[in-house]
Amino acid sequence: MRQLTYLKDVVTLKLDQEKCTGCGMCLEVCPHEVFKMNTRHAEIRNRDACMECGACSRNCPFDAISVQSGVGCAAAVIGAMLGRTDQPCCGPSDSGCSSPAANEKGCCG
Amino acid sequence: MNQSSQPSCCQQQETIVLPSYTGSACCARGAGEKRTSLPRLDQGFVIGSVSTPAGSVPRVSSELQWRDHWGAVKARWGVGRMDYSIDPGLYALGNPDRESPVLVSANYKMSFDALRSALPGRDLWIMALDTKGINVWCAAGKGTFGTEELAGRIESSGLKEVVSHRSLILPQLGAPGVAAHTVKKLSGFGVRYGPIMAADLPAYIDAGFKAASKMRLKTFPLRERAVLIPVELVETIKPTLIIAPVLFLLGGIGGPAGFWANVLHEGSFAVLAFLSAIVGGAVIHPLLLPYLPGRAFSAKGLALGAVVAVMMLSLQGYDLSMWAGRLGILAWLLIIPAVTAYLAMNFTGASTYTSPSGVNKEMRWALPTEIGMGLSGLIIWVASRLIA
Repeated sequence: MRQLTYLKDVVTLKLDQEKCTGCGMCLEVCPHEVFKMNTRHAEIRNRDACMECGACSRNCPFDAISVQSGVGCAAAVIGAMLGRTDQPCCGPSDSGCSSPAANEKGCCG
Repeated sequence: MNQSSQPSCCQQQETIVLPSYTGSACCARGAGEKRTSLPRLDQGFVIGSVSTPAGSVPRVSSELQWRDHWGAVKARWGVGRMDYSIDPGLYALGNPDRESPVLVSANYKMSFDALRSALPGRDLWIMALDTKGINVWCAAGKGTFGTEELAGRIESSGLKEVVSHRSLILPQLGAPGVAAHTVKKLSGFGVRYGPIMAADLPAYIDAGFKAASKMRLKTFPLRERAVLIPVELVETIKPTLIIAPVLFLLGGIGGPAGFWANVLHEGSFAVLAFLSAIVGGAVIHPLLLPYLPGRAFSAKGLALGAVVAVMMLSLQGYDLSMWAGRLGILAWLLIIPAVTAYLAMNFTGASTYTSPSGVNKEMRWALPTEIGMGLSGLIIWVASRLIA
């Protein structure tokens, strides 16, 4: 299946090649093949495929990656607009998040 | 030095005879300095127990029973979905020993069942983290499938006494919540990220804990989109119970005939049109997601909604030669796509590839558009009835 891509040029992902040691951890955890390895360090090969899940930045031992990861479902954003900030998404109680996806695969980006 | 026929595991762990733990629970029940908490043995899916230095670890099978399947069906339809959990902690699959791999999962029962059913004939440990009954990926995004919970669970499950190695296999989709290098620092356990799908685990293990690149790529195939449809539909029931009667009765206003005759003709159509918009957004949109035009889900929903609207209007047969008919057509060309686009936009939360930045950007234009179209469509519809 061809890979689905969402909006262009919106993603907050940044890779600091000065800090990168080329350990390859980001390539391992990224679910969308956003990174590739050149001879010395990782680089971003497909920024628009990034869903800002934050797996790469959290697992980078050298703090070389930053990304504003967070709640990526419309229901959570609407909830926040209505002032329901308690459980923005994925909560075990349905109160804060009306997302039908709260317990499905990709909730919360 | 201890040559007794019953080795004492507390003093001399290395003399334990594998694979069975003859010392049973002597360490956990010992000085009381440990606060080992093991999952209950009386959970429905537990088929026995394995005696370990940490106590009796519940044993599970890779074969799912009808109860497990029925539970999954109910959860897919939103019944008890937020309370579909198992006790967190250590479980034994098959007959694992001190060398067996340890797989980490969530305590959402559907995640746990997907994991064990993918591993027939294997002997290994499964450690379920307390994710409050939420699946791995969501819980990782939220941080409950996280570094602290993992390090804490390693201690409280007595894992260090149960296995001799210091290695864990985590699902790749747990990575947003877990910093592998920090887990190593806190607990001494190294983290390996396994494949995204549990079904790929046997191949991953057999290859010496190496994932082929396609195992690391999250796709969103038809089957995965289709299983989300029931819960998408269930979510629309409550608003529909409010909106449908209103539309039904609004259909009685104005019009050529008496109130109830209008309700039957125009009100019924309004309800059907609304339901068709829901089917468009909650059923057809997930199914056709890759083939609908545009990148924003709302754009896909608008296009799909327009097609649905044209189909519905061809059934109703508004009179294009009259202003009332023209306005009626315009009204439903606004309302149906608005509803479909709104539901499509909501599907971003269930999709596997939308970024929060993107969803925010989409909603900035899409939400006002959907509300504006919906409300203006409603006003135009009522106006068209008044002049009819």
